[in-house]
Parts: sequence; structure tokens; C-alpha cells
Amino acid sequence: MSLKIIEGRVLKYGDNINTDVIYPGKYLVFTQPEEMAKHVMEGLDPEFPQKIKDYGLVVAGKNFGCGSSREHAPQSLKYAGCKCVLAESFARIFFRNAINIGLPIIECKGIYSKTDNGDKLQIDMERGIIKNLTKNEELKFKPFPEFLLKIFKSGGLIEYLNQTRF
Amino acid sequence: MAKASGRKYVESSEFVEAKVDMVMVNDLTGPLALDAFEKLKQRRIWDKNKIVIVLDHQIPADRVYSAELHKRLRRFAAEYGVKNFYDVGRGGICHQVMVEKGHVKPGVVVVGADSHTCTYGALGAFATGIGSTDAAAVFATGSLWFKVPEVIKVNVEGKLKPHVFPKDIILYIIGLLGEDGATYMGIEFTGSTIRNMSVGGRLTLCNMVVEAGAKTGIVEPDEKTYEYLKGRIKETFTPIHSDPDPHYEEKLSLNVEDLEPQVACPHSVGNVKPVDEVEDVEINQAFIGSCTNGRLEDLRVAAKILEGKKVKDGVRLIVIPASQEVYLEALKEGLLEVFVKAGAYVGPATCGPCLGGHFGLLADGEVCISSTNRNFVGRMGSPKSKVYLASPATVAASALTGKITNPKRFIG
Repeated sequence: MSLKIIEGRVLKYGDNINTDVIYPGKYLVFTQPEEMAKHVMEGLDPEFPQKIKDYGLVVAGKNFGCGSSREHAPQSLKYAGCKCVLAESFARIFFRNAINIGLPIIECKGIYSKTDNGDKLQIDMERGIIKNLTKNEELKFKPFPEFLLKIFKSGGLIEYLNQTRF
Repeated sequence: MAKASGRKYVESSEFVEAKVDMVMVNDLTGPLALDAFEKLKQRRIWDKNKIVIVLDHQIPADRVYSAELHKRLRRFAAEYGVKNFYDVGRGGICHQVMVEKGHVKPGVVVVGADSHTCTYGALGAFATGIGSTDAAAVFATGSLWFKVPEVIKVNVEGKLKPHVFPKDIILYIIGLLGEDGATYMGIEFTGSTIRNMSVGGRLTLCNMVVEAGAKTGIVEPDEKTYEYLKGRIKETFTPIHSDPDPHYEEKLSLNVEDLEPQVACPHSVGNVKPVDEVEDVEINQAFIGSCTNGRLEDLRVAAKILEGKKVKDGVRLIVIPASQEVYLEALKEGLLEVFVKAGAYVGPATCGPCLGGHFGLLADGEVCISSTNRNFVGRMGSPKSKVYLASPATVAASALTGKITNPKRFIG
């Protein structure tokens, strides 16, 4: 199975976007997808849940997702309609949480300086190519190693275990 | 890592599947782990004795939603026979419970669905924070995928001044490394300062390495470690020592003899300044507690500063021991009495105000000085509030004056 091409427009944020602003602590008691989606990025941009539905993509600087291990952070992004997060770098636990729940994430050097809010991107995760259709430019990134790609292609860690182990 | 993945050695940056010795979830990450576990085709637990569940973030239940999460975890523990279940009043903050109750020993691999799981490296374990889906996978299989970390060695030499503490050292180090200076790496602490440091202090150091992005902190076990573990663990263990000639990504050498108390300023744990540079900042709240600094030695230092004095009018001081055990010891030693007489609010063991989920929240424009680990926008309440991070001594001194204060004034 190969991964689908991801398309969307960019919502751009800065460096060190932490999990407390992605999903504030006061909402951690909620576990229902629709409730989680309402509060995503509330600490930074209260209009985000509306905007992401149209845009689909988040571009950020370095260390996206730093802080807590709360899986609510990537889950709320996914449930709100985020199709992919592209950043200069990711914090470790956010990185594994996103892969484990099947939220596409891409680490790409130069993505922050080479994209603007609203740019239309087309992403090929397997070949490691980002086409910026607005600027008519192409960016390359290192695709996931095969091990992670397998988890990702299954749809996440639970699905991977169901297919390979149980 | 090599031992846990059944290999003689592993290289850094390699992906391995490693066996896990112990897994922990709490009342906020646990329910999501159960959601993931229930999606597995085979819902069998790998080893009921190797799962620890601690209710600590929203305890006692602050609203019906929390009560439902607690109920669900209680049922799961009963259904699967998970004995290591720490209910309200039986444990305290998960990381303190894990080390106090002997769930961590040198040389083991421990994962926990809480980012501050890295704390246990202070006992010579490989311990790291994971997500809830990860935890569900460990529940079912006893193993997990890891990327072998590169290691930064931080060597610390010199005797600390009497008003300077391990918290000041780790804040200083995070200030040097930056918020992402150690992403995906392990930080190994060495040097005479570490050897002379109590296990409690080492726990504080390792607890905060994640604030520089690190996967784990580690201190090689020694006599102090074994002394701490006496009576806590039953089984024998095989400590793992550093490779004789390890490859370190980076080495950092510090002499802390002249170090002054440090403060992480809003809104980044990397924004660290010596306390004297922020001494005029007025505060509304002061908080002593959390998995970082809610241990007995932290409360002792705070009580020494507060004894016979009053918290400044207009300032509220909240003190929360990290666990039931710490609470009881503090009670016996008369520390809680000192706090109450000084005008502090003393709460039962919980994460409480640290993550802004429960009580002790901040209003718009309010400022808190806190012995905790994060000061992100909105961390302890309103997105328009500010949090400064410091040692329990600096927090106690500030509570007395109403401004951020160098504890030097109160410690001889």
C-alpha cells in the first residue's frame, strides 16, 4: 500500500509550540473527539479549530510539540481536521504520539522560511517531496525510515500490532 | 537499551524494539491508553505486575468528568488484576510514587505516559515519557519501539552555596542548552557535585531534562542510591554502568561554586536568569510542590525559611507534599504546622496547580513563582498570567516579601 498525496493550505506558527498551548491542561479530562477538537491550539489562536477545517496544514518552526506527553495534543489536531504538521523539528514524545495515532508529520529543514500563510502545498510522504503550488517551488525532505513507515502505513501503532501480531 | 533489545550493543539513532520492565499511566493519560487498548484484537495483558496506575492529576475528582475517568481506571485495574493501583489517598504524584514504592530499580527500562517519567534516571534506570497509545502497546506486548538516544555528558563540580539547590543547577543547564538543546538525547550527570547530592536532588535534576527536549536523564547508581532503595525494593537488580569509553555527542562542564539561585522567566523554561536580575517582580501566588520539588527535603528548606514568619499580605502560598509518604513525614516533623502558621494553604498530595487542571489557578495578569517545571503560556490558568520557576527556597523567600527574592536573605 502506498500513502496518499496530502494537499492543503498552510497555517503558520513559530518555534517551540508546546503541548500546553496546543491542548491546555484544563481540558485534559475530555476524551471525546468532538470535544477535544473544539479546544485545539486555544492557547495560541482561538480561531484555529475553524480555520484548520479550510486550510488542513500546519507549518511551524523548531521543537513543535514540546512539553507534556499528552496524546490529546496530536489527537485534537487530527480530530479538528489537520491533515499534516510540517516543522523544522519536533519534540520527541509528540513525534512518536503523532506516528502512533496516524497523524502525518514531516520534519523538513527550510520549511518555515520557504512557506507563507495560505500557501498551497502538495505532499508526497513516501518520496519526500513537498510541492509549493503557490510559489511553484519544490522542497525535499528525508522520508521516514522503513520501520516507522510501516507503522504509519498501517494507520498507527494499534493497527500495526493488529496486522502483525494479533 | 542493548540489553532490553536482546543485543550486545546498539548504535545511537538506530530504531530498536526493546523489552520494557515497568509501565505507568496516570488519571489523564490512562483513559486514552484504555481507548487504544480496547481497539486491539487481543486484549490480554502482558504482565499485570508490571503495570502501575496512579491517580494524581485531578484528585480528588474535581468534577464529574474526572470522577468518570477515575472510575474507568479502577474498573480496569480490578478486571485485569492490576495490583499496583494507587487510588486517591494511597499514593500521590505518580513519579514520587514510582520511586518511593520501589517500582524503579537500577538498570531497568521504565516507560510512563507522562513526560516527567525521565525522573527515574536518578536511580540509574533508563526511564522515558511515552504517549497513551504507546502505553497500550506495552500493556499488550511488554515491548516498544525506541530510537537509541545520543548522550550529552554534563559534568558538575564544586560545592553549592547554602542558598543554592539542585533546582538552580538544572535551571542553569536548561538555560545553557535551550528548550530543544537536547532533543532526543540522554543527559548523563557526572562529577563531584552529583556524587555529593542526595537522591532527592538527583530526582529534581533528572525530572527537568525533558524541558531541554531530552529523552532521559541518568545518574550512575552509587551507595546513596542503594541506601535510598533499601526497604523499598525486594528483588535484586543488576545496575548498568556507563560504557568505559562511551561516545558522547557533547560534553558540558560546570563549576557551580559561584552559582546563584536561578529563575526561569515567562514563558519559556529556557529563559533562565539569576534571581538578582528579577528581584523586583511582584507576585500574587507562590507554589511549593510537584514531581520536581515536592519532596521532604524541599519542604524542610521551605519550612526553615518560613518558620516564625508570615506570608506577605496579598500573597497566597500553596504547599503540596508530593505523596502521602512525604505528607506524613512532613506532618511528623512539624513542617506542615510551620506552613499553616505562616499563613500557607497546605493541600493533599496531587499535581494540583502545576498544570492548571485542578485548583490554585491564576487569573488574568497574575504572577506566580513556582517550584514546578513549566511556565508556558496558560500553564497554570489564564493565558494572561505569568509563571516564574525557581527552587523551593526562592519560592518561600518570595512568599515572605511579595517579590521574587534571593533566599540568601533568609539562609545563613
